[in-house]
Amino acid sequence: MSAPAVELKRTPLNAAHRRLGGRMVEFGGWDMPVQYPAGTMTEHVRTRTRAGLFDVSHMGEIDVRGRDAIAFANRLTSNDASKLVDGQAQYSALTTSEGTVIDDLLVYRFAEDHLLLVVNAGTTDKDWEWIKSHHAGEHVELKNVSAEYCQIALQGPEAISILQRLTETALSDIKYYHFVTGRVDGIDSIISRTGYTGEDGFEVYAAPEKAEQLWNKMLDEGDFGSDDGVLPCGLAARNTLRLEAGMCLYGHEITEETTLLEANLGWITKLNKGDFIGRDALAKQKESGVRRKLIGFETTDRGIARDEQDILVNGERVGRVTSGSPAPFLKKNIGMGYVPVAHSAPGTSIEIDVRGKGVGAQIVALPFYKRAK
Amino acid sequence: MANVPDNLHYSKDHEWVRVENGIAVIGITDHAQEQLGDVVYVELPKPGESFSANESFGSVESVKAVSEIFTPVSGEIAEVNESLTDEPEKVNKDPYSDGWMIKMKMSAAGEVDSLLTAAEYEDFTKAEE
Repeated sequence: MSAPAVELKRTPLNAAHRRLGGRMVEFGGWDMPVQYPAGTMTEHVRTRTRAGLFDVSHMGEIDVRGRDAIAFANRLTSNDASKLVDGQAQYSALTTSEGTVIDDLLVYRFAEDHLLLVVNAGTTDKDWEWIKSHHAGEHVELKNVSAEYCQIALQGPEAISILQRLTETALSDIKYYHFVTGRVDGIDSIISRTGYTGEDGFEVYAAPEKAEQLWNKMLDEGDFGSDDGVLPCGLAARNTLRLEAGMCLYGHEITEETTLLEANLGWITKLNKGDFIGRDALAKQKESGVRRKLIGFETTDRGIARDEQDILVNGERVGRVTSGSPAPFLKKNIGMGYVPVAHSAPGTSIEIDVRGKGVGAQIVALPFYKRAK
Repeated sequence: MANVPDNLHYSKDHEWVRVENGIAVIGITDHAQEQLGDVVYVELPKPGESFSANESFGSVESVKAVSEIFTPVSGEIAEVNESLTDEPEKVNKDPYSDGWMIKMKMSAAGEVDSLLTAAEYEDFTKAEE
Protein backbone atom coordinates (compact mmCIF):
# COMPACT_ATOMS: atom_id res chain seq x y z
CA MET A 1 0.00 0.00 0.00
CA SER A 2 1.47 3.37 -0.97
CA ALA A 3 1.83 6.15 1.59
CA PRO A 4 -1.12 8.58 1.77
CA ALA A 5 -0.61 11.88 -0.03
CA VAL A 6 -1.50 13.87 3.10
CA GLU A 7 -0.70 12.78 6.65
CA LEU A 8 -3.79 11.87 8.65
CA LYS A 9 -4.57 14.06 11.63
CA ARG A 10 -4.38 12.45 15.06
CA THR A 11 -6.35 13.24 18.19
CA PRO A 12 -4.48 13.36 21.53
CA LEU A 13 -5.86 9.86 22.19
CA ASN A 14 -4.31 8.17 19.16
CA ALA A 15 -1.73 6.26 21.20
CA ALA A 16 -4.43 5.26 23.70
CA HIS A 17 -6.58 3.82 20.89
CA ARG A 18 -3.68 1.79 19.59
CA ARG A 19 -2.82 0.52 23.07
CA LEU A 20 -6.43 -0.62 23.45
CA GLY A 21 -6.16 -2.58 20.23
CA GLY A 22 -8.22 -0.15 18.18
CA ARG A 23 -8.39 -0.86 14.46
CA MET A 24 -7.47 2.48 12.90
CA VAL A 25 -9.08 3.87 9.75
CA GLU A 26 -9.23 7.18 7.95
CA PHE A 27 -12.24 9.37 8.68
CA GLY A 28 -12.57 12.93 7.41
CA GLY A 29 -8.79 13.27 7.30
CA TRP A 30 -8.32 11.79 10.78
CA ASP A 31 -6.74 8.53 11.98
CA MET A 32 -9.54 7.08 14.10
CA PRO A 33 -10.52 3.73 15.66
CA VAL A 34 -13.39 2.05 13.79
CA GLN A 35 -13.69 -0.60 16.49
CA TYR A 36 -11.79 -2.16 19.39
CA PRO A 37 -11.33 -5.89 20.16
CA ALA A 38 -14.78 -6.23 21.77
CA GLY A 39 -16.31 -5.55 18.36
CA THR A 40 -18.93 -3.12 17.11
CA MET A 41 -21.96 -5.18 18.16
CA THR A 42 -20.78 -5.47 21.76
CA GLU A 43 -19.66 -1.81 21.91
CA HIS A 44 -23.07 -0.70 20.68
CA VAL A 45 -25.11 -2.88 23.06
CA ARG A 46 -22.90 -2.01 26.03
CA THR A 47 -23.55 1.69 25.40
CA ARG A 48 -27.30 1.10 25.58
CA THR A 49 -27.16 -1.15 28.64
CA ARG A 50 -24.25 0.31 30.64
CA ALA A 51 -21.85 2.87 29.10
CA GLY A 52 -19.65 3.54 26.11
CA LEU A 53 -16.69 5.91 25.80
CA PHE A 54 -16.03 7.81 22.59
CA ASP A 55 -13.10 9.94 21.46
CA VAL A 56 -14.73 12.82 19.59
CA SER A 57 -11.73 15.15 19.73
CA HIS A 58 -11.71 15.34 15.96
CA MET A 59 -14.81 17.56 16.04
CA GLY A 60 -14.20 21.26 15.39
CA GLU A 61 -14.86 24.23 17.66
CA ILE A 62 -15.35 27.84 16.60
CA ASP A 63 -15.42 30.64 19.14
CA VAL A 64 -17.76 33.58 18.49
CA ARG A 65 -17.31 36.55 20.83
CA GLY A 66 -18.58 40.10 20.86
CA ARG A 67 -21.76 42.05 21.32
CA ASP A 68 -23.21 40.78 18.03
CA ALA A 69 -22.45 37.13 18.73
CA ILE A 70 -26.10 36.07 18.91
CA ALA A 71 -27.15 38.17 15.93
CA PHE A 72 -24.29 36.80 13.86
CA ALA A 73 -25.04 33.21 14.77
CA ASN A 74 -28.71 33.77 14.10
CA ARG A 75 -28.01 35.06 10.62
CA LEU A 76 -25.93 32.04 9.67
CA THR A 77 -27.77 29.22 11.39
CA SER A 78 -31.32 27.93 11.17
CA ASN A 79 -32.28 27.52 14.83
CA ASP A 80 -32.98 30.51 17.08
CA ALA A 81 -29.84 31.27 19.09
CA SER A 82 -31.58 34.22 20.76
CA LYS A 83 -33.66 31.72 22.73
CA LEU A 84 -30.62 30.25 24.45
CA VAL A 85 -29.82 31.05 28.06
CA ASP A 86 -26.32 30.94 29.55
CA GLY A 87 -25.29 27.31 29.85
CA GLN A 88 -27.63 26.05 27.17
CA ALA A 89 -26.87 24.45 23.80
CA GLN A 90 -28.98 23.85 20.73
CA TYR A 91 -28.79 21.63 17.66
CA SER A 92 -28.72 23.74 14.53
CA ALA A 93 -27.50 23.97 10.95
CA LEU A 94 -25.42 26.25 8.77
CA THR A 95 -27.45 26.72 5.62
CA THR A 96 -26.90 27.82 2.05
CA SER A 97 -29.15 30.36 0.33
CA GLU A 98 -31.13 27.38 -1.00
CA GLY A 99 -31.84 26.19 2.52
CA THR A 100 -29.58 23.18 2.04
CA VAL A 101 -27.03 22.13 4.63
CA ILE A 102 -23.41 23.26 4.96
CA ASP A 103 -23.14 21.37 8.25
CA ASP A 104 -25.12 20.45 11.33
CA LEU A 105 -23.71 21.70 14.61
CA LEU A 106 -24.29 22.53 18.24
CA VAL A 107 -24.42 26.16 19.34
CA TYR A 108 -23.34 26.62 22.97
CA ARG A 109 -24.13 29.87 24.76
CA PHE A 110 -21.65 30.77 27.50
CA ALA A 111 -22.85 34.36 27.71
CA GLU A 112 -24.73 36.86 25.57
CA ASP A 113 -21.43 37.80 23.96
CA HIS A 114 -19.83 34.37 23.85
CA LEU A 115 -20.91 31.38 21.79
CA LEU A 116 -19.07 28.20 20.89
CA LEU A 117 -20.00 26.39 17.68
CA VAL A 118 -19.17 22.68 17.64
CA VAL A 119 -19.00 21.31 14.11
CA ASN A 120 -18.21 18.04 12.36
CA ALA A 121 -14.66 16.83 11.91
CA GLY A 122 -14.73 16.45 8.14
CA THR A 123 -16.33 19.85 7.59
CA THR A 124 -14.44 21.98 10.11
CA ASP A 125 -12.29 23.71 7.52
CA LYS A 126 -15.23 24.28 5.16
CA ASP A 127 -17.37 25.66 7.99
CA TRP A 128 -14.60 27.96 9.20
CA GLU A 129 -14.16 29.42 5.70
CA TRP A 130 -17.94 29.79 5.32
CA ILE A 131 -18.35 31.52 8.67
CA LYS A 132 -15.42 33.89 8.09
CA SER A 133 -16.54 34.77 4.59
CA HIS A 134 -20.05 35.59 5.82
CA HIS A 135 -18.88 37.99 8.47
CA ALA A 136 -20.50 41.19 7.24
CA GLY A 137 -19.56 43.88 9.71
CA GLU A 138 -21.08 42.46 12.89
CA HIS A 139 -19.15 43.17 16.08
CA VAL A 140 -17.80 39.66 16.57
CA GLU A 141 -14.40 38.07 16.91
CA LEU A 142 -14.19 34.69 15.29
CA LYS A 143 -11.59 32.08 16.19
CA ASN A 144 -11.08 28.50 15.11
CA VAL A 145 -10.24 26.92 18.46
CA SER A 146 -10.44 23.28 17.36
CA ALA A 147 -6.85 22.62 18.38
CA GLU A 148 -7.55 23.91 21.91
CA TYR A 149 -9.99 21.17 22.83
CA CYS A 150 -10.14 17.46 23.24
CA GLN A 151 -13.64 16.01 23.51
CA ILE A 152 -14.68 12.75 25.12
CA ALA A 153 -18.22 11.43 25.19
CA LEU A 154 -19.43 9.08 27.92
CA GLN A 155 -22.84 7.75 26.98
CA GLY A 156 -25.32 5.27 28.41
CA PRO A 157 -27.48 4.75 31.52
CA GLU A 158 -24.38 4.43 33.72
CA ALA A 159 -22.63 7.48 32.31
CA ILE A 160 -23.90 9.85 34.97
CA SER A 161 -22.85 7.66 37.91
CA ILE A 162 -19.44 6.98 36.40
CA LEU A 163 -18.75 10.64 35.67
CA GLN A 164 -20.14 11.76 39.05
CA ARG A 165 -17.33 9.92 40.80
CA LEU A 166 -14.89 12.19 38.94
CA THR A 167 -16.46 15.56 39.62
CA GLU A 168 -17.90 17.70 42.39
CA THR A 169 -20.36 19.21 39.95
CA ALA A 170 -23.85 17.84 40.61
CA LEU A 171 -24.46 16.22 37.24
CA SER A 172 -28.14 15.54 37.88
CA ASP A 173 -28.63 19.31 38.00
CA ILE A 174 -27.50 19.64 34.38
CA LYS A 175 -30.55 19.41 32.16
CA TYR A 176 -30.46 17.79 28.76
CA TYR A 177 -28.78 20.10 26.23
CA HIS A 178 -27.34 22.23 29.00
CA PHE A 179 -23.75 22.48 30.14
CA VAL A 180 -21.53 23.84 32.89
CA THR A 181 -17.87 24.54 33.34
CA GLY A 182 -16.39 22.48 36.12
CA ARG A 183 -13.65 20.00 36.90
CA VAL A 184 -13.40 16.38 35.94
CA ASP A 185 -10.64 14.59 37.82
CA GLY A 186 -9.39 18.05 38.76
CA ILE A 187 -9.20 19.10 35.10
CA ASP A 188 -11.01 22.26 33.95
CA SER A 189 -13.72 21.08 31.59
CA ILE A 190 -16.94 21.91 29.87
CA ILE A 191 -19.42 19.26 30.96
CA SER A 192 -22.27 19.06 28.46
CA ARG A 193 -25.34 16.85 28.72
CA THR A 194 -25.42 16.09 25.03
CA GLY A 195 -24.56 13.19 22.77
CA TYR A 196 -25.00 11.36 19.51
CA THR A 197 -26.24 7.98 20.70
CA GLY A 198 -29.83 8.41 21.84
CA GLU A 199 -28.75 7.60 25.42
CA ASP A 200 -28.30 9.86 28.42
CA GLY A 201 -24.72 10.95 28.74
CA PHE A 202 -22.13 13.67 28.70
CA GLU A 203 -19.60 15.21 26.39
CA VAL A 204 -16.55 16.57 28.18
CA TYR A 205 -14.36 19.22 26.56
CA ALA A 206 -10.92 19.94 27.99
CA ALA A 207 -7.36 20.93 27.06
CA PRO A 208 -5.89 18.39 24.63
CA GLU A 209 -2.95 17.55 26.88
CA LYS A 210 -5.42 16.31 29.50
CA ALA A 211 -7.19 13.94 27.14
CA GLU A 212 -5.36 10.75 28.12
CA GLN A 213 -5.83 11.41 31.81
CA LEU A 214 -9.58 11.95 31.35
CA TRP A 215 -9.94 8.96 29.04
CA ASN A 216 -8.06 6.57 31.31
CA LYS A 217 -9.86 7.78 34.42
CA MET A 218 -13.26 7.28 32.79
CA LEU A 219 -12.31 3.77 31.68
CA ASP A 220 -11.10 3.03 35.17
CA GLU A 221 -14.11 4.43 37.01
CA GLY A 222 -16.37 2.66 34.54
CA ASP A 223 -14.76 -0.73 35.30
CA PHE A 224 -13.36 -1.27 31.84
CA GLY A 225 -12.17 -4.85 31.64
CA SER A 226 -14.96 -6.29 33.74
CA ASP A 227 -17.77 -8.26 32.08
CA ASP A 228 -20.16 -5.38 32.13
CA GLY A 229 -17.92 -2.36 32.38
CA VAL A 230 -17.66 0.67 30.14
CA LEU A 231 -16.22 -0.05 26.70
CA PRO A 232 -14.31 2.28 24.41
CA CYS A 233 -16.38 2.53 21.23
CA GLY A 234 -15.20 3.13 17.68
CA LEU A 235 -16.69 4.95 14.74
CA ALA A 236 -18.68 1.94 13.59
CA ALA A 237 -20.60 1.77 16.87
CA ARG A 238 -20.96 5.55 16.88
CA ASN A 239 -22.65 5.21 13.52
CA THR A 240 -24.97 2.34 14.41
CA LEU A 241 -25.98 4.08 17.64
CA ARG A 242 -26.91 7.38 15.97
CA LEU A 243 -28.70 5.53 13.15
CA GLU A 244 -30.85 3.56 15.61
CA ALA A 245 -31.66 6.86 17.28
CA GLY A 246 -32.71 8.32 13.93
CA MET A 247 -30.04 11.01 13.93
CA CYS A 248 -28.61 12.52 10.77
CA LEU A 249 -25.01 12.15 9.69
CA TYR A 250 -23.60 14.97 7.59
CA GLY A 251 -22.74 13.78 4.12
CA HIS A 252 -25.49 11.17 4.28
CA GLU A 253 -28.94 12.43 5.37
CA ILE A 254 -27.91 16.07 5.13
CA THR A 255 -25.75 17.56 2.41
CA GLU A 256 -25.56 20.71 0.35
CA GLU A 257 -28.19 19.04 -1.85
CA THR A 258 -30.82 18.45 0.82
CA THR A 259 -32.95 21.12 2.48
CA LEU A 260 -33.65 21.12 6.19
CA LEU A 261 -37.34 20.53 5.55
CA GLU A 262 -36.70 17.50 3.37
CA ALA A 263 -34.51 16.08 6.15
CA ASN A 264 -37.22 16.35 8.83
CA LEU A 265 -35.29 19.19 10.45
CA GLY A 266 -38.15 21.65 10.38
CA TRP A 267 -37.91 21.64 14.17
CA ILE A 268 -34.55 23.46 14.00
CA THR A 269 -35.76 25.77 11.22
CA LYS A 270 -37.11 28.88 12.87
CA LEU A 271 -38.55 30.80 9.95
CA ASN A 272 -40.05 33.42 12.24
CA LYS A 273 -36.89 34.37 14.12
CA GLY A 274 -35.82 36.88 11.50
CA ASP A 275 -33.75 36.59 8.38
CA PHE A 276 -31.04 33.95 7.99
CA ILE A 277 -29.22 32.50 4.99
CA GLY A 278 -31.69 30.28 3.17
CA ARG A 279 -34.75 31.52 5.05
CA ASP A 280 -36.63 32.64 1.95
CA ALA A 281 -35.99 29.39 0.10
CA LEU A 282 -37.14 27.38 3.10
CA ALA A 283 -40.23 29.52 3.58
CA LYS A 284 -41.13 28.95 -0.07
CA GLN A 285 -40.60 25.23 0.29
CA LYS A 286 -42.76 25.17 3.39
CA GLU A 287 -45.51 26.90 1.37
CA SER A 288 -45.37 24.59 -1.59
CA GLY A 289 -44.50 21.47 0.38
CA VAL A 290 -41.42 19.28 0.03
CA ARG A 291 -41.28 16.91 -2.93
CA ARG A 292 -39.16 14.29 -1.24
CA LYS A 293 -38.76 13.32 2.38
CA LEU A 294 -36.26 11.54 4.59
CA ILE A 295 -37.76 8.31 5.92
CA GLY A 296 -36.67 5.39 8.05
CA PHE A 297 -37.18 1.77 7.05
CA GLU A 298 -36.67 -1.76 8.31
CA THR A 299 -35.98 -4.63 5.99
CA THR A 300 -38.68 -7.31 5.87
CA ASP A 301 -36.73 -9.74 3.70
CA ARG A 302 -33.34 -11.20 4.54
CA GLY A 303 -30.61 -8.74 3.68
CA ILE A 304 -28.92 -5.58 4.84
CA ALA A 305 -29.50 -2.28 3.04
CA ARG A 306 -26.38 -0.21 2.55
CA ASP A 307 -25.61 3.45 1.82
CA GLU A 308 -26.45 4.71 -1.65
CA GLN A 309 -28.51 1.71 -2.73
CA ASP A 310 -31.63 2.46 -4.77
CA ILE A 311 -35.08 2.46 -3.22
CA LEU A 312 -37.85 1.11 -5.45
CA VAL A 313 -41.62 1.33 -5.21
CA ASN A 314 -43.65 -0.88 -7.54
CA GLY A 315 -40.53 -1.80 -9.40
CA GLU A 316 -39.62 1.80 -10.09
CA ARG A 317 -36.50 3.53 -8.75
CA VAL A 318 -37.79 6.43 -6.63
CA GLY A 319 -35.09 7.23 -4.14
CA ARG A 320 -31.85 6.32 -2.43
CA VAL A 321 -30.62 4.96 0.88
CA THR A 322 -28.56 7.56 2.79
CA SER A 323 -27.51 5.23 5.60
CA GLY A 324 -28.08 1.48 5.81
CA SER A 325 -26.82 -0.91 8.44
CA PRO A 326 -27.67 -3.58 10.98
CA ALA A 327 -29.20 -2.23 14.20
CA PRO A 328 -27.32 -4.15 16.92
CA PHE A 329 -29.66 -3.34 19.79
CA LEU A 330 -32.96 -3.66 17.96
CA LYS A 331 -31.70 -6.75 16.14
CA LYS A 332 -33.08 -5.59 12.83
CA ASN A 333 -31.62 -4.20 9.64
CA ILE A 334 -32.52 -0.56 9.20
CA GLY A 335 -31.81 2.47 7.13
CA MET A 336 -32.77 5.99 6.23
CA GLY A 337 -33.26 7.44 2.79
CA TYR A 338 -35.14 9.86 0.60
CA VAL A 339 -38.35 8.97 -1.21
CA PRO A 340 -41.03 11.06 -2.94
CA VAL A 341 -43.59 12.38 -0.47
CA ALA A 342 -46.30 10.25 -2.06
CA HIS A 343 -44.48 7.11 -0.89
CA SER A 344 -43.28 8.34 2.50
CA ALA A 345 -45.96 7.18 4.94
CA PRO A 346 -44.99 4.65 7.62
CA GLY A 347 -46.28 1.27 6.54
CA THR A 348 -45.39 1.81 2.89
CA SER A 349 -43.73 -1.22 1.31
CA ILE A 350 -40.54 -0.45 -0.53
CA GLU A 351 -37.74 -2.46 -2.03
CA ILE A 352 -34.02 -1.87 -1.72
CA ASP A 353 -31.72 -2.89 -4.56
CA VAL A 354 -29.07 -4.77 -2.60
CA ARG A 355 -26.36 -5.49 -5.15
CA GLY A 356 -28.86 -6.56 -7.77
CA LYS A 357 -31.26 -8.36 -5.45
CA GLY A 358 -34.56 -6.80 -4.34
CA VAL A 359 -34.86 -6.78 -0.56
CA GLY A 360 -38.28 -5.89 0.77
CA ALA A 361 -38.56 -3.23 3.44
CA GLN A 362 -41.19 -1.20 5.21
CA ILE A 363 -41.16 2.48 6.07
CA VAL A 364 -41.36 3.04 9.82
CA ALA A 365 -41.71 6.14 11.97
CA LEU A 366 -38.49 7.65 13.26
CA PRO A 367 -36.68 7.21 15.54
CA PHE A 368 -36.16 3.47 15.44
CA TYR A 369 -35.06 3.53 19.06
CA LYS A 370 -36.00 5.83 21.89
CA ARG A 371 -34.56 5.36 25.37
CA ALA A 372 -36.86 4.61 28.26
CA LYS A 373 -37.92 7.50 30.54
CA MET B 1 -2.28 -14.31 16.43
CA ALA B 2 -4.71 -15.88 14.00
CA ASN B 3 -5.18 -19.60 14.15
CA VAL B 4 -4.04 -21.60 11.07
CA PRO B 5 -4.76 -25.34 11.55
CA ASP B 6 -2.27 -27.66 9.88
CA ASN B 7 -4.68 -30.14 8.36
CA LEU B 8 -6.43 -27.67 6.06
CA HIS B 9 -5.86 -26.24 2.57
CA TYR B 10 -6.02 -22.47 2.11
CA SER B 11 -6.71 -19.95 -0.63
CA LYS B 12 -5.29 -16.48 -1.09
CA ASP B 13 -8.83 -15.16 -0.63
CA HIS B 14 -8.76 -16.44 2.95
CA GLU B 15 -10.96 -19.49 2.59
CA TRP B 16 -10.07 -22.93 3.99
CA VAL B 17 -10.88 -26.40 2.66
CA ARG B 18 -11.09 -29.64 4.64
CA VAL B 19 -11.55 -32.78 2.56
CA GLU B 20 -13.79 -35.43 4.12
CA ASN B 21 -14.44 -38.46 1.93
CA GLY B 22 -14.28 -36.55 -1.31
CA ILE B 23 -16.42 -33.73 0.05
CA ALA B 24 -14.81 -30.30 0.43
CA VAL B 25 -15.94 -28.48 3.58
CA ILE B 26 -15.32 -24.76 3.07
CA GLY B 27 -15.31 -21.66 5.25
CA ILE B 28 -13.33 -18.49 5.89
CA THR B 29 -10.18 -18.39 7.98
CA ASP B 30 -9.61 -17.01 11.46
CA HIS B 31 -7.55 -14.24 9.88
CA ALA B 32 -10.49 -13.33 7.63
CA GLN B 33 -13.04 -13.22 10.44
CA GLU B 34 -10.66 -11.11 12.52
CA GLN B 35 -10.30 -8.62 9.67
CA LEU B 36 -14.06 -8.52 9.09
CA GLY B 37 -15.15 -7.92 12.65
CA ASP B 38 -18.57 -9.05 13.86
CA VAL B 39 -20.26 -11.07 11.13
CA VAL B 40 -23.92 -10.11 11.00
CA TYR B 41 -25.08 -11.79 7.81
CA VAL B 42 -24.05 -14.66 5.57
CA GLU B 43 -25.45 -15.17 2.06
CA LEU B 44 -25.06 -18.78 0.93
CA PRO B 45 -26.08 -20.69 -2.21
CA LYS B 46 -28.51 -23.62 -2.40
CA PRO B 47 -27.67 -27.33 -2.59
CA GLY B 48 -27.39 -28.38 -6.21
CA GLU B 49 -25.76 -25.19 -7.44
CA SER B 50 -22.40 -25.56 -9.19
CA PHE B 51 -19.36 -23.36 -9.00
CA SER B 52 -15.94 -23.27 -10.62
CA ALA B 53 -12.81 -22.70 -8.60
CA ASN B 54 -12.39 -19.00 -7.63
CA GLU B 55 -16.02 -18.23 -8.36
CA SER B 56 -17.96 -16.25 -5.77
CA PHE B 57 -20.49 -18.47 -4.02
CA GLY B 58 -21.85 -15.98 -1.54
CA SER B 59 -21.04 -13.12 0.73
CA VAL B 60 -20.33 -12.39 4.37
CA GLU B 61 -21.26 -9.09 5.93
CA SER B 62 -19.91 -7.26 8.93
CA VAL B 63 -21.56 -4.21 10.45
CA LYS B 64 -19.74 -1.94 8.06
CA ALA B 65 -18.87 -3.97 4.99
CA VAL B 66 -19.76 -6.73 2.53
CA SER B 67 -17.20 -9.28 1.38
CA GLU B 68 -17.65 -11.89 -1.30
CA ILE B 69 -16.55 -15.44 -0.62
CA PHE B 70 -14.87 -17.51 -3.31
CA THR B 71 -14.75 -21.28 -3.54
CA PRO B 72 -11.17 -22.56 -3.79
CA VAL B 73 -12.37 -25.67 -5.65
CA SER B 74 -14.93 -26.58 -8.34
CA GLY B 75 -17.98 -28.69 -7.66
CA GLU B 76 -21.61 -28.93 -6.69
CA ILE B 77 -23.07 -27.77 -3.36
CA ALA B 78 -24.07 -30.81 -1.29
CA GLU B 79 -24.94 -29.01 1.93
CA VAL B 80 -25.10 -25.50 3.33
CA ASN B 81 -24.73 -24.40 6.97
CA GLU B 82 -28.28 -23.14 7.54
CA SER B 83 -27.55 -22.30 11.17
CA LEU B 84 -25.55 -19.28 9.99
CA THR B 85 -28.83 -17.56 9.12
CA ASP B 86 -29.72 -17.15 12.78
CA GLU B 87 -26.23 -17.41 14.22
CA PRO B 88 -23.82 -15.63 11.86
CA GLU B 89 -21.51 -15.02 14.84
CA LYS B 90 -20.43 -18.68 14.57
CA VAL B 91 -18.16 -17.51 11.77
CA ASN B 92 -16.32 -15.33 14.29
CA LYS B 93 -16.39 -17.75 17.22
CA ASP B 94 -15.55 -20.97 15.36
CA PRO B 95 -14.48 -20.29 11.79
CA TYR B 96 -13.06 -23.80 11.25
CA SER B 97 -15.84 -25.94 12.75
CA ASP B 98 -19.26 -24.53 13.71
CA GLY B 99 -18.69 -21.64 11.29
CA TRP B 100 -18.31 -23.89 8.22
CA MET B 101 -20.23 -22.52 5.25
CA ILE B 102 -20.65 -25.04 2.44
CA LYS B 103 -19.96 -28.69 1.67
CA MET B 104 -19.12 -29.37 -1.93
CA LYS B 105 -18.87 -32.53 -4.04
CA MET B 106 -15.62 -31.80 -5.82
CA SER B 107 -15.57 -32.18 -9.59
CA ALA B 108 -11.76 -32.17 -9.77
CA ALA B 109 -10.27 -33.57 -6.56
CA GLY B 110 -6.74 -32.64 -7.66
CA GLU B 111 -7.54 -28.95 -7.32
CA VAL B 112 -6.76 -28.98 -3.60
CA ASP B 113 -3.14 -29.70 -4.42
CA SER B 114 -2.68 -26.24 -5.90
CA LEU B 115 -3.98 -24.58 -2.72
CA LEU B 116 -1.72 -23.22 0.02
CA THR B 117 -0.55 -25.28 2.98
CA ALA B 118 -0.96 -23.90 6.49
CA ALA B 119 2.65 -22.66 6.49
CA GLU B 120 2.27 -21.05 3.08
CA TYR B 121 -0.97 -19.36 4.12
CA GLU B 122 0.61 -18.07 7.31
CA ASP B 123 3.48 -16.55 5.30
CA PHE B 124 0.99 -15.12 2.86
CA THR B 125 -1.04 -13.33 5.55
CA LYS B 126 2.11 -11.95 7.17
CA ALA B 127 3.27 -10.57 3.82
CA GLU B 128 -0.12 -8.92 3.27
CA GLU B 129 0.18 -6.73 6.38
